[in-house]
Amino acid sequence: MVWWRDQKFRAIALQLLAASAFIGLILWLTGNTAANLAKRGLTVGFDFLGRAARFPISESILSYSPTDHFWWAYTVGLGNTLFITVIVALTATVLGLMLAILRREDNPLAQGAGTTYVEFFRNTPLVVQLLFWYALVTVGLPSIDAPLNPLPGVYLTERGLYLPALSLNGLDMPVRAKFNFEGGLNLSPEFVAMYLGLSLYAAAFIGEIIRGGLEAVAKGQTEAALALGLAPKQALNLVLIPQALRIIIPPMTSQYINILKNSTLALVVGYPDISFVTATTINQTGQALEGIFILMLVFFTISIATSVAMNLYNARVALKVR
Amino acid sequence: MRLISRQNDLMGRRGLVIIGFAAALSGALAACSPAPKPASNAAPAGKAGSTLATVQKHGYVSCGASQANAGFSLPDDKGYWRGLDIDMCRAVAAAVLGDQDKARFVPLTGQQRLTALQTGEIDLLPRTTTWTMARDANGVNFTFPNYYDYTGFMVRASTGATKPADIKGASVCVQTGSITEVIFADVSWRQKLDLKPVIFDNVSATRQAFFSGRCDALITDASSLYSVRATQSKNPDDYVIFAANDEANPLTPAVRHGDDQWFDIVKWVFQAQITAEYLGITSANVDEMLKSEDPAIRRLLGVEAGYGKALGLREDWAYQIIKQVGNYGEVYDRNVGKDSKLKIERGLNRLQRDGGLMVPLPFS
Repeated sequence: MVWWRDQKFRAIALQLLAASAFIGLILWLTGNTAANLAKRGLTVGFDFLGRAARFPISESILSYSPTDHFWWAYTVGLGNTLFITVIVALTATVLGLMLAILRREDNPLAQGAGTTYVEFFRNTPLVVQLLFWYALVTVGLPSIDAPLNPLPGVYLTERGLYLPALSLNGLDMPVRAKFNFEGGLNLSPEFVAMYLGLSLYAAAFIGEIIRGGLEAVAKGQTEAALALGLAPKQALNLVLIPQALRIIIPPMTSQYINILKNSTLALVVGYPDISFVTATTINQTGQALEGIFILMLVFFTISIATSVAMNLYNARVALKVR
Repeated sequence: MRLISRQNDLMGRRGLVIIGFAAALSGALAACSPAPKPASNAAPAGKAGSTLATVQKHGYVSCGASQANAGFSLPDDKGYWRGLDIDMCRAVAAAVLGDQDKARFVPLTGQQRLTALQTGEIDLLPRTTTWTMARDANGVNFTFPNYYDYTGFMVRASTGATKPADIKGASVCVQTGSITEVIFADVSWRQKLDLKPVIFDNVSATRQAFFSGRCDALITDASSLYSVRATQSKNPDDYVIFAANDEANPLTPAVRHGDDQWFDIVKWVFQAQITAEYLGITSANVDEMLKSEDPAIRRLLGVEAGYGKALGLREDWAYQIIKQVGNYGEVYDRNVGKDSKLKIERGLNRLQRDGGLMVPLPFS
């Protein structure tokens, strides 16, 4: 056989060709970027991370002061992103489970309610929903001078929710100062809009994934379990759910990663997540490439980590074929 | 001794110019206009690849504009852009292309503006941009401040606040992507005011949040506060504006790094407007002034040739600016000063002669 007709040779040659084209493209892009940056007199590097950030962050889980460094500002933004992602994922999973059960009920009212919810939240854009919740809090609630006070120490105002907080000295009640309530726990309208908006949106998808998983297990499985004399609860826990989980987990991984990525929409309601910090950093320093690079790296890392964790869990619940 | 030798120099130049002037007069323009005209009107072509050449090729100057900032840049009800920053761009268009309307405006957010300039989407950024070191060192060149501003708080008059110390613990609406953010943090931190920032990505959301009661105060450039108060509040007297600190904020049109000629042109376009005010030349009397014997006026208006050519422009470049756009005083009064809705005092923006910071550089 002629050497270029050899299938093995062809396969390797094609791979090499594709790889070198790709590497060439990357090299060209890098060189071009460097040349353009130099031409425009832009400095490149991550030195700026060690400088004082100087800009404010409106609320954060980690403590932050404008005298802190840019890298800490990033960390604080990341903290907010992870916080909102985790609580939204938990809330949406619980809500989603409830939705799935609702839609599998025989009661037409329950079924109808579940279906309406899913169709409504799944078929409107998330940005619109976030803006809706934000407007509901800031325009719908009364001004700080005449707050709704349903329970002692609980105030609903256009500036968010003020709640009593647990502290070492017992309950810390919010007290009205000249301009704001001081003390207690304040859930800002930005946070409330993000939490509600993301949770309710994600719950619609998660509900459908769970329902789909449960429906996908052949009806005969449940019938067989009941015929064997298992109680309905046992049939659910020992037969139905273990088989459904195999189907549910892979799309759930995507949903959790989606929640993480959708949290960047915080920008529209002004919740200071990591993309918000990145945008501000770029504007204050002009280091656009570096800022976006860090943002991409962070999201990539978290997404991959989520994926790996979910895959491990999936392997545990997977069908064991012996 | 020195004075005499300078006068001699001027006399010599004047002789030359009279010849050039006569030539121009007897040329194309002789037919109808008895008024003198600037020496030569041939526009030299810019060097290939330069910003000047690009602008000449396109036939318009592309400028960054604000999304909504009455007095500085805002389209009127017919869609015609007006404002102090807009007139800066129109002055450049008048100088470079001979027509103030050969300018296009790209509305940009605070976040987009520097990138738009650096990447060449716009040729000039006259958009209430504060001259800071970090920005200057990072890819743009600042020309001359065309407006000295300060950072202010606007609060409801009913709170009785008149200085930053009066608003301890207040919620403050802040727009991200601006130097205001940094000033806000500095003021709050230095004076231990414990101010609560409510941060927004766009201008209108920030203002709306303030008026709806989400915040007690709005912080931004005082010029914008005046503009917002004049145009967006139900009753302007319900709000007071006071300075956040004692620093002047030089709002400065910027150009890209790497094109010195364009940098020079924009600097001197602004200087021409300052100098015109200094010399008493207005859009109304500029034609009259062409007949002036004053050498400074003759140089500025291009009756004496050479100054336009040095910049790579037509000799009548400054004449066109003043005729079409006006001198700095006219531009100020019309857009933000006494003839506008904003009625901002000239203050720091007076000529140095009158006690302000606007210094006319020697036009020679």
